[in-house]
Amino acid sequence: MDLVNIFIKGVFIDNMIFAYFLGMCSYLAVSKTVTTANGLGLAVIFVLGITVPVNYILETKILKAGALQWLGENFIDVDLNVLSLIMFIAVVSAMVQLVEMIIEKFSPALYSSLGIFLPLIAVNCAILGGALFMQERQYSTIIEATSFALGSGVGWYLAIVAIAAIREKIRYSNVPPPLRGLGITFIITGLMGIAFMCFMGIKI
Amino acid sequence: MKKSFFSKQHQRLITDPMGDQNPITIQVLGICSALAITTQLANALVMTLAVIFVMISASMIISILRNSIPNRIRIIVQLLVVASLVALVDQILKAFLPDASDKLSVFIGLIITNCIIMGRLEAFAMGNKVWESFLDAFGNAIGYGWILVAVAFVRELFGSGKLMGYQIIPLSWYDTMTVDGVEKSFVYFNNNLMILPPMALIVVGLIIWVQRSKNEELIEND
Repeated sequence: MDLVNIFIKGVFIDNMIFAYFLGMCSYLAVSKTVTTANGLGLAVIFVLGITVPVNYILETKILKAGALQWLGENFIDVDLNVLSLIMFIAVVSAMVQLVEMIIEKFSPALYSSLGIFLPLIAVNCAILGGALFMQERQYSTIIEATSFALGSGVGWYLAIVAIAAIREKIRYSNVPPPLRGLGITFIITGLMGIAFMCFMGIKI
Repeated sequence: MKKSFFSKQHQRLITDPMGDQNPITIQVLGICSALAITTQLANALVMTLAVIFVMISASMIISILRNSIPNRIRIIVQLLVVASLVALVDQILKAFLPDASDKLSVFIGLIITNCIIMGRLEAFAMGNKVWESFLDAFGNAIGYGWILVAVAFVRELFGSGKLMGYQIIPLSWYDTMTVDGVEKSFVYFNNNLMILPPMALIVVGLIIWVQRSKNEELIEND
């Protein structure tokens, strides 16, 4: 049951957008229509689901204090935590490149629908944020970490599709000119965040 | 023709990002790490300083290296330069400001993927000389910083009645009175909504509103 809890927590309670503002740049820039938002959202779920487990292995087998024990007794005092930021971002950008190449090779249809968004994702804060939260919250198994990653991805997906749908509709309303575009999107996101806060404190 | 060291053009590199080319309100860059840490003014200041340092150093390094970076791997090179600088900042904060480091937690790390830094490296430092890149980085970091500080100012003042941790709203304003055996406050309440994450977005939205109603050219048409 723990896995389901972690997943639900990632989707609703610790939502990447509404609780931590991660991935806001692409969230605001790519949410003009539902179809593109859909593509980017799926790509984020996908990349999070791959990079977080990889970073988890890296964290537990190499970076954590004492994690290098498997190399022999001499390495028990080694603490490579200083390197974690550099390693994580290297893994993220390498994985994004790799995923892009694999998809291009094996599923051209998926590639053409996600294609332009994949390179963008390397600098999406939600991906690195996923890795850093994984490190901070210390999940006990790799499956828990994956469940957290997928949950956060789905939460991000929900948020971007919802705002894209609202932005499509809001074109027909009479927004004050200075607020049009960016301004009203910020305010709507804020209101959605307040709505999402009703999930706070829920213990499942 | 040789340009002077601090010409009009150079000044514009600094002043534009503070106003009409502001990274947060106009270019929509760097919102990710900006908003979550604005509940307290002190955090916003630490974050601003960190971003100024990382951005200026990264811009200058990339600008120096710009002719020797192969085009295909430039993103990874940029990320690695920024990541090393951020790791440095992270360690310095942990050593000298452990409190701030605790509060900012993952958001210092997220400076790496702060779109302002990557955006300016890609758009400016890759194609300009060191001095120009320095000015551009400085201007954009300050443009980012003043929004951060403004939002934090509003949120801390109205959310907890303090600034930089000092009480600003007089404590006597919170005085309570007993009416029919129930204690009630009549004068002033902290607006607890301000401390919650969504208010950061709404405050930025209002800043955008004010800025764009002052300058009609910035209004979007869709």
